[in-house]
Amino acid sequence: MIELQGLHKAFGANRVLRGVDLTVPRGESMVIIGGSGTGKSVLLKCILGLVKPDAGQILIEGQDVTRVDREAFLARFGMLFQGGALFDSLSVWQNVAFRLLRGPGKRPKAEAREIAIEKLRRVGLKAQVADLFPAELSGGMQKRVGLARAIAAEPEIIFFDEPTTGLDPIMAGVINELIREIVVEMGATAMTITHDMSSVRAIADDVAMLHDGVIQWTGPVADMDAAPDPYLQQFIHGRADGPIEAVR
Amino acid sequence: MILAPVAAIGRSTLGGLAALGRIALFLGATLAAAVRPPFYWREVLNAFWVIGYNSLPVVGLTAFFTGGALALQIYEGGSRFNAGQVVPSIVAIGMTRELGPVLGALMVAARVASSIAAEIGTMKVTEQIDALVTLSTDPMRYLTVPRVLAATIAVPVLVAVGDSIGIFGGYVVGTGRLDLNAAAYLKNTADYLELWDITSGLIKGAVFGFIIALIGCYFGMNSARGAQGVGRATKSAVVTASVLILAANYLLTELFFSA
Repeated sequence: MIELQGLHKAFGANRVLRGVDLTVPRGESMVIIGGSGTGKSVLLKCILGLVKPDAGQILIEGQDVTRVDREAFLARFGMLFQGGALFDSLSVWQNVAFRLLRGPGKRPKAEAREIAIEKLRRVGLKAQVADLFPAELSGGMQKRVGLARAIAAEPEIIFFDEPTTGLDPIMAGVINELIREIVVEMGATAMTITHDMSSVRAIADDVAMLHDGVIQWTGPVADMDAAPDPYLQQFIHGRADGPIEAVR
Repeated sequence: MILAPVAAIGRSTLGGLAALGRIALFLGATLAAAVRPPFYWREVLNAFWVIGYNSLPVVGLTAFFTGGALALQIYEGGSRFNAGQVVPSIVAIGMTRELGPVLGALMVAARVASSIAAEIGTMKVTEQIDALVTLSTDPMRYLTVPRVLAATIAVPVLVAVGDSIGIFGGYVVGTGRLDLNAAAYLKNTADYLELWDITSGLIKGAVFGFIIALIGCYFGMNSARGAQGVGRATKSAVVTASVLILAANYLLTELFFSA
């Protein structure tokens, strides 16, 4: 379970997070929606410790993340980055097996490669891709490799940062389906940030909308369409008019 | 209005000092990361190859032409009366103490500080550094420490090779163009050159190598977003590394040779 309590973060005068409270139950898939620049990425980075919050608490399974052993803490996470964030200097399989090739959970090279190929197959890529370099892959394939890397060490918690950005609608649908399948089959707790409503409907158990630095609305995805919140309704229907000011 | 230029000088001075402070903190973080496991030896070897072996041609060519030009200058500079003695000894001492390490390091700075800053800067803006952290790998230990260690070892080796090629360049010009006696040239080189001339240059090389990689990594890790950010990081890395090399050279020369 992930619990965020009163999370604040400002960059200079720009107060991005202004008291975020959110609970993600174990094994659930939470999707956080919100416009560009509303602090969705900052929120994920705070949980991962890449950005230090100014105030508030982050608890994972009841433990304060600032007080636990960082290595062990990060070993439970997998993350799919927006642009894939694959290491250009390493081949595809070495990217996928990165965690398996070094550190405390280190495996023999042959075994790590085998696991990497199996994970690549799981995300719909053939074994021949394993020895290519990230620059030789299309955007959709890079996303799949990023997904394979995120799940390679069987994490308990997986984060997805804008998983469908930059993909064509069909490829976006494929990635959404893959994410859903993998999260369900691994029983992992998932947190996704996106502004793509098709992703929300495909991936989410629960939805939270971040606006003005706070969680504006949260609830099960089935309740989203009927919810009376005007901010949420404007966002999910993509209306230019409404309480959220759009810059024209 | 009149004060504007003064204010600009003040601003850039303060900015420069703040940057120096940040580099010092980065140096501290690098040293702290260097003494704690895990150690990524494969990365050290890779960096050694890229920084050392791949810099050999540029360092060799620089040294060869510098040695040759040095021989010409000394010969032409009013020392014709006993050129046979003066040219070899000054070429050898000049190359090993000063020109070998300094020019070699400046060439390596142009080649390596820039490529390190661009590579790490691109990793930063494409979130690869964040990805390293989420994969339980400390970017300082995985990226910075191997490069700094490799450069600190590789640059003295490059300087040694550069010294030899520079002296050879002087020999080629001295015997081929200035008609100095070949055997006497070699004997004079060996007679006048002391071990400390060579080792002091190698120590300088190690310090310069350390500076090159540290500055490259610092500007890469602190690169701003976008292509422009990476471009600026690359330029700043080369300029800062070059200036620091020249400043460190003066301090080391003062330390080693002033009585």
